[in-house]
Parts: sequence; structure tokens; C-alpha cells
Amino acid sequence: MLRGFKRLFALLTTSVLAHSALAEEQGAERWGVNMTQGVTEVAHTTYNLHMLIFWICVAIGVVVFGVMFYSMWRHRKSKGYQAAQFHESTAVELAWTIVPTIILILMAIPATKTLYDIYDTEEADLDIMITGYQWKWKYNYLGSDVSFFSNLSTPRTQIDNQQPKGENYLLEVDEPLVVPVNKKIRFLITANDVIHAWWVPDLAVKKDAIPGFINESWTRIDEPGIYRGQCAELCGKDHGFMPIVVKAVPEAEYTAWLDERAAAAVKMRELTEKTFTFDELLAQGEKVYNRACAACHQPNGQGVPPTFPAIAGSKIATGPLDGHMSMVIRGSQKNPAMQAFGEQLSEVDLAAVITYQRNAFGNDMGDTVQPIDILNFKNKQ
Amino acid sequence: MAHGPQPGFKRWLYTTNHKDIGSMYLWFSFAMFLLGGCMALVIRAELFEPGLQIVQPEFFNQMTTMHGLIMVFGAVMPAFVGLANWMIPMMIGAPDMALPRMNNWSFWILPFAFAMLASTLFMEGGAPNFGWTFYAPLSTEYAPPSVTFFIFSIHIMGASSIMGSINIIATILNMRAPGMTLMKMPLFVWTWLITAYLLIAVMPVLAGVVTMMLMDIHFGTSFFSAAGGGDPVLFQHVFWFFGHPEVYIMILPAFGIVSAIIPTFARKPLFGYSSMVYATASIAFLSFIVWAHHMFTVGMPIAGELFFMYATMLIAVPTGVKVFNWVTTMFRGSMTFETPMLFAVAFVILFTIGGFSGLMLAIAPADFQYHDTYFVVAHFHYVLVPGAIFSITAGVYYWLPKWTGNMYNETMGKVHFWLAFIGLNVTFFPMHFVGLAGMPRRIPDYALQFADFNQIASVGAFLFGAAQLVFLFNVIRTVQGGNKATDEVWENPEGLEWTVPSPAPYHTFSTPPAVR
Repeated sequence: MLRGFKRLFALLTTSVLAHSALAEEQGAERWGVNMTQGVTEVAHTTYNLHMLIFWICVAIGVVVFGVMFYSMWRHRKSKGYQAAQFHESTAVELAWTIVPTIILILMAIPATKTLYDIYDTEEADLDIMITGYQWKWKYNYLGSDVSFFSNLSTPRTQIDNQQPKGENYLLEVDEPLVVPVNKKIRFLITANDVIHAWWVPDLAVKKDAIPGFINESWTRIDEPGIYRGQCAELCGKDHGFMPIVVKAVPEAEYTAWLDERAAAAVKMRELTEKTFTFDELLAQGEKVYNRACAACHQPNGQGVPPTFPAIAGSKIATGPLDGHMSMVIRGSQKNPAMQAFGEQLSEVDLAAVITYQRNAFGNDMGDTVQPIDILNFKNKQ
Repeated sequence: MAHGPQPGFKRWLYTTNHKDIGSMYLWFSFAMFLLGGCMALVIRAELFEPGLQIVQPEFFNQMTTMHGLIMVFGAVMPAFVGLANWMIPMMIGAPDMALPRMNNWSFWILPFAFAMLASTLFMEGGAPNFGWTFYAPLSTEYAPPSVTFFIFSIHIMGASSIMGSINIIATILNMRAPGMTLMKMPLFVWTWLITAYLLIAVMPVLAGVVTMMLMDIHFGTSFFSAAGGGDPVLFQHVFWFFGHPEVYIMILPAFGIVSAIIPTFARKPLFGYSSMVYATASIAFLSFIVWAHHMFTVGMPIAGELFFMYATMLIAVPTGVKVFNWVTTMFRGSMTFETPMLFAVAFVILFTIGGFSGLMLAIAPADFQYHDTYFVVAHFHYVLVPGAIFSITAGVYYWLPKWTGNMYNETMGKVHFWLAFIGLNVTFFPMHFVGLAGMPRRIPDYALQFADFNQIASVGAFLFGAAQLVFLFNVIRTVQGGNKATDEVWENPEGLEWTVPSPAPYHTFSTPPAVR
């Protein structure tokens, strides 16, 4: 704690200067003060609605505060102003009940219209299932073989201030959601564990992802580009570290990408048959560990007990193989924080990460797990 | 029967005197205000720069949760109850509260509730970390073990609030001096009467929702677990059915305080007294039918969205009436700006700004962009800090000479005001900007484009925190001594409390006063 305060003091004294230098090089995106106008019709309408209500509020504010400041300036005792004694007027009370009601009705009309637009999820060209997990998103292109997880790709070293922060700090992922422009895309949004919310400001789409519910939303993106967003509902420790990146591309490019991903999925299934060497598994396992496990169990395998136990020296990672596979594939029966990774990771990645956990952080089991072992384990159940 | 206070700590432990209990509530709430404020400063210190510097995300979430819970249940609500204890009997010409022993009890269980809540910080797995709104299943299946202590402390706080409310209603309805008809009661009494009914209506709902959590966690039910056939959205409906009236519980007594202060320093009667009463009642009624505007993004059917949007927009009407009445009270008055008036005027201005952002948030399609961003954080801090905190502060400065018999230091009061006013706006105004620009709330680290405004907000927060120490110092000095206050204290203020000596004797109105 004391160290914290010392660091805070150092920050307060030095970083105001450092910051203005940083501001110079990063240019116009900083100091943003308003909602994005977005890249969809709904986003434009929402922006216009927001500005309309804002200006109405400003106008009311000018009148109310104008009268108030005028009387604070003029009607002071120090200026010898004598107080009037009026204190009632039914006509005035009625007027300032009725006039605001009329203003509100005028506001409600465009708001209602926009809401009907947003709720019209019919006749979509393309359906994408979005599932929130602690703390990543899964995208499933319905009607195709393609589905994948999208994780934060900002390195831990940038978050811990050991490296300078990149341009898209905390708003970058390993695999973005790729979608075609000018197509009506319907999102089916749900969650696997706790409530999340999928939000991309440029699309004006924000919908809660709730376990046991499938919410609907839609978008039609006007121009190709990369649009970034974040989880908007507190979902636990790494709520601030599960961004969303949408890459909108022309339709031809999208189709080519989808075909390529479908082919890759087939190839991945074939790899399940292959036998890997210990070193290959260890190398791949480390990558998978850092992507899928390190957020909770920590990069050094020490975990954050009691919710996130250590891997180093753990009974499971240094115990019988079946128990270890069961924990990773099916998740913990006792601790909901330990998810079932069986469907989240490929057989190859599961084999690699289990091998890695048994042979890293001082664990020294010396055994390997092959993808086919994983498949057999899954089929046994 | 003893006629004065008992000596030593027994006075405070056994007291049934409304003034003693009022003082204890106020000191307790101030201690909680400082504790919750320190947590806010941890949050702002971490958010001073992008990256993780001071705390880890787990602890950050505990801070946001505890800050919210402590400020709502520990600072604002007990402070209003403290003011009610002190002022309601003196305002209606009653010798004490109607149920003095229950009054003692409803105060003394609070320190235990908060000691238990605060002790969770030292438990294995840490304090509650699921936000003050504790949405299931994050607060049930995924919660730290300390959640059970949190549930129990919420139960105790709820019991305290319900007992306090029963006492206030019984006092107001039964113990008014002859001639003090309902429509002659000061607005502070009126707003508290309505608030007390709100509390009795919704505190059991809160108790219900935490009990359902307790059952889900320990007794195998599935109220909020989809896997067991339950419904996580049900949690939000029940929580906000409590939560929305709760936010008005934290603002209605503020309306009463400001309605007492502005006429005194404008030297002009309150404009539209009866419309103020009706507006308060309308706001209280509306508060029960707008809860789901906190849930526009959960995927309600469009009919639900529209109903809650329209109902929420309607709140602007009675709230507007109140603001217009205050401004009209000031208009053509003969104003001076002592510290209570400064806080009251700032209340009207800043609360109105918070009202405007509230109206914007009511517009469901626009709310899809605002929801769960810093725009919301800016909004509710604009209504709660200048709303509840400033009005309580104004009330303390306004009545402190009556309580202690001494005038507070006016210069120090003004220094406190300007530090707090500037600190508050520097802290919370930039939050509108980062929220609109896309910064979600409740995150310990953020993208680079939000850095500048966050840095400004953090500086403002420390300034606001420092201002409160000036307040504490000023109050302690006033309790200890100072220029003697007259019985009226201010220039011709209205109300029975100004007819008793300063400091107010231990027992007032043992025989009922005559009410004109």
C-alpha cells in the first residue's frame, strides 16, 4: 500500500508533463467529447437523436439558468434589493407542467421511430452467434463450419507498464469478427457464464449477453473498416480486458475469408490424427496457455488462490492424466470459475496445453498427451 | 425519569433522545463518507493513467463495489436519517420521536452491519467484487465466499432503514403540535414522510432479492441460474424495483432541505408550496413504474421498452416543477450567499444538469449508446453528489448553529464550498465526455484516447476529497466554540426550530407550541 502511494506521488508529479508530450504525437483521436456518428444508418439516427435531445436540454438550461443568474446578480440584499412576497400562482404552475409535457411528447416521437428500427431483426442476410465467456468472445457463423474465439491481444507487458502502449491498447484482438459490408447481419447474443454485453459504438449495437437467453440485434455496415468496442457489463476480474474488433470487408473478400476458414477447420480435424513430439507440444502448449489460462492461473502458474488455484505443484497437474484431462475438458464441478475448455479449444491445443501444464512451472511429469488421446477421452463419455 | 444526558459513553449507548441519535447518525455517516471516499480515491488513482499501476483488477472491482455500497447505505441514507432525527420533532413541535427505543436500536445495529461489510476486505477471496448492483450470476455462482456476509449486512441495513421509517411516519402522523396541519408542515417533513413510505415499500424487496441469492448460493435453489431453470434477468427486475425508488430515497429529503434554505436566504416565501408537495408525491409514484430503464439493453420486448421510456420521461415534469419553483423563489428575492445558500444554489444548478443527462438516458435508443458507460457514471454522480451530498452539507451548515449554539466559520465554509464545487465539476464533468466517446464503466484500465480526461477527473477527485477535510475541521471547531448564535440564527427564517434557544435544549417542546 505504501509503495502504491509512493508510486502515485511520483505519477502525479511527473506524468502531467509526460502526458502532454504523448498527446502531441497521438493527434486528433484524443480529447473526444461526443458520441460517434457511426457507420450504420441506425448509428447515424441514434447520433442525431442524441444531439436533438442534447440541444433541447441546452435550450431549457439557458432559460432556467439565465433567469437564475439574472436574479442572483440583480436581486441581492447587498444591492439593496427589497424582496417581493409573491408565493403562488396556479396559472404559472399549470404552464410549466403542460409545456414540458408537450416538449417530452415531441421528443418521444423520433425516439419511438428509432426504437422500432432497431428492433426490426427480420430478413437478415447472415446470422452470427456471439457468446460471451469470462473473458473473451466466441463468434459462430451459423450455417457454416466456422467458429472461433476472439481474445485480447495486447501483451501483458504493456498493461504492466513494462513496454510502451500500442496505438490500439486494450482494443485489439487475436481474431476479429469479419463481416461483409452492405449486408443485414443478425447477431444472436448469449453468454456461457455470467452476463456480458456486446458493444461496438460505431455500429450502435449494445446488447446484453445473458446465460440462458438469446438476444437479437442487427447491423448493416456502410463502409469497410475496423470498428472497435468493449464488453459493457461488469463480468468479473478481466471485464476491462475483453475487447471486440469488427472488420468489415467487401462481400467478395468476406466470402473468400469464410471459405479459407472453413478449409482450415477441416485441416485442424485432420491434425487430430497426427502424433506430435514432446517439444512441439510444449511450444504450442505455451502459446495456448498464455492465451487461454494465464489470465486466471497467471503466466507463472502461481494462480490467485482461492478462486484461481496454482498450476505449479497442483494435485491435478501432477496427478493422474485422466483427472487432468477431465478438469481441462469438462471444467470444475466445484468452482464455476474453471470453465469447460473441451469445446473452446481444438484437440491439438488441448493436448498441447495439458502437456505444457504437466511439464512447466517446476512440474516435471515427463509425459505427453496426443490429440488422439483427447478425442478418445471425449468419446468415452 | 432523568432530565439530562447520562454521563460518559452510556449517554450514547442508551440514549433515546432524538438529538443524540441524530448526532450519532450524522457522525457515523460522515465516517462512512470518508471511508467510501478513500475507496473512490483508490479508483481514481488507478485510473489516473492507462495501464495497471496501483491495484490489480480483482481489488479494483472490490473498490468500486464497496464504494457504491458504503456511499449509498452508509453515507447518504444515515445522514438523511440523522437530519430527520434532529429536525423533524423540532419542526413539527414534538418532544421527541414517537418510538425512542426503536430509534436507538435502528442506529446501533448500523455500525455492526458496516463493520461486517468492511471486514470482508480482509477475508479470503476478498470483498464483494460484483458491483453495488450485484447482478446474478456474477454475485451468486461466481461470487467470492464473502458474499454471505454481504447478504447479512444488507439485511441488517434494511432492518435499520425500515425501523427508522416506521419511526418517522409514526412521529409525523401522530405527534404534530396542535394546528400543524399536513399542508402546514415544512417541506423537509413532507419529503421525509414520502421517503419513509418508499423505504417501507422497497426495503423488503431488497431483503427478498438478497435472500434469493442466499438460497441460490447455499440451499440449492436456482432463482437466478439459467442452468437450473431460473432467470438471471429476474434478478435485475427485482433489484431495480428496489433500486429505482432507492435513488429517490436519496434525493427527496434533499428537496426538502433546499426548500427550507432557499427561502431563508432569498428572504421570500417558497414559491408554490402545495405544488412542491404534489410534485414530490408524483415523483414517488413514478419511481415505482420506471425501474426497467436501467435494463434497456437486456432484451425486453419493444412494448416494455416503450412503456419504461415514456414513464421515465414523465419524471422530468414534476422534477421540472420543483426546479422552476426554486428559481422563482429566488427571483425578486433579496439574496445573500452564506455557505448553506451557496450549497443550495449549487444543488439546483448541478442537480438540473444531472436531470438533463437523466432525460437523455431515458431515450431508449440513445441509451443503447450511453448504457454502462462513464456517461451514466457522470449522470448519477451529478445527481447524487450535488444532490444528496451538497444538500446534506447545506443542511448541516444551516442547522449547525441551532445544534451547537455557535456560528461556524463563514470563511472556512466558503473555502469548503468552492473547493468542493470546483473539485466536483473537475471530477465528474469530463466523465460525460469519455462516456460518450465510448469508455465503459467499471474498468480498471482503458484505451489511450480516454487518458486525458481521466487524468483531469483524478485530480478533481483528490481536490474534492481534500475539501471534505476543511468541512470536518470547521464542524469540529464549531462544536468546540465560536461566536454565539442567536435563537433565530438567520434573518427571520421560517419554522418552529428557530423558536427554541440556541443551542437547542436537550428536551424541546415538552409542551406543544402554538402553531399559527
